[in-house]
Amino acid sequence: MEHTSAVLHQDHNVGGGKKEIVRVTVILSVLTIVELILGFIMMGMDEGFLKHFIKGAIVILMLAKAFYIVGYFMHLKHELRNLIMTIVVPLFLFVWFIIAFLSDGNSYKNLRNTYDRFHYDHSQMKMEKKEPESKGKEEKHGEMN
Amino acid sequence: MSTTTAPTATKHWSGGKSPFNVEYGKLMMWYFLMSDAFTFGAFLISYGTTRFATNGWPNPNEVFNSFPLAPEGVHAPLVFVSIMTFILIISSVTMVLAVHAGHNMDKKGVVKYLIWTIIGGLAFLGCQAWEWTHLFHEGAWWGRNPFPNADGTISTTNFTNFFFTITGFHGFHVFSGVVINVIMLIMTLQNKFENRGHYLMIEKAGLYWHFVDLVWVFVFTCFYLL
Repeated sequence: MEHTSAVLHQDHNVGGGKKEIVRVTVILSVLTIVELILGFIMMGMDEGFLKHFIKGAIVILMLAKAFYIVGYFMHLKHELRNLIMTIVVPLFLFVWFIIAFLSDGNSYKNLRNTYDRFHYDHSQMKMEKKEPESKGKEEKHGEMN
Repeated sequence: MSTTTAPTATKHWSGGKSPFNVEYGKLMMWYFLMSDAFTFGAFLISYGTTRFATNGWPNPNEVFNSFPLAPEGVHAPLVFVSIMTFILIISSVTMVLAVHAGHNMDKKGVVKYLIWTIIGGLAFLGCQAWEWTHLFHEGAWWGRNPFPNADGTISTTNFTNFFFTITGFHGFHVFSGVVINVIMLIMTLQNKFENRGHYLMIEKAGLYWHFVDLVWVFVFTCFYLL
């Protein structure tokens, strides 16, 4: 909080200058490359714990990138604490949004699979690849029987 | 920490100066961006909810696996979109440099970096236009989804609907960002900021541009990686 009292309006958020920009650029690039590597690693993977683990790691990297963009590129880290709080605190609503809505979607899927047999059977039908025209209705029916 | 900040922080609220120590326009830009974050957040959460509520989902690596001038049937997932991501990151960096040059009242620097930022934005839009065209020719559009789920089952159109809506909304933001940056460039060239004595306007445009990059971080992860 060294910039609270005497510092003038214009130069309160100059930040670390060019050095900081270079540093953050490197960090963002490295995080993106790691994300892409993880994406390539999980490409051929089957659904399972490891894949979910990698997805979680990607989400954490994504949040780290967001932190660096907002904190350094958008200079929020160098603003007053009060301003930071008015911006960041409302965003914590997202924690509830994500937990509530995703678990609701998951519960809806489970209920529907349990009680709506037609929906479940329909979602297990295979779709024919190749030729946009021929993957129409007749093939779907052929698969089903 | 709180004991030391309390007395100094109250000084900002005793009148005579901006309590947040930023100018009005910049504060409002922050609030606008916060509301925009909720809009994008709502889009992405509805996408996630739908995905959680659906039995199967297309594999993004099967869908987004081409790039311009690639031979037919090439399988190169993540290549094109990583180029797009880096374009946006780099244009964000040049925007920071433009803001930085503005702090130093360096008109030449502002002009140079704004031009690079605009080029980056246009390059990103070009990439997206190509990708949309490519997907359209593969039969994907709102209400049409030619891609099967990852396990080969019949997919719904939710996948394409969400993809085109959210990347389209983001692309619209990129477009507005480019327009804003062009206006900033014209104003800089007309010496508007030089006469004003400060380049704070560039900062506000910069905030918007970084936000566009920020949203892409989330969109890119949600659609192409997860």
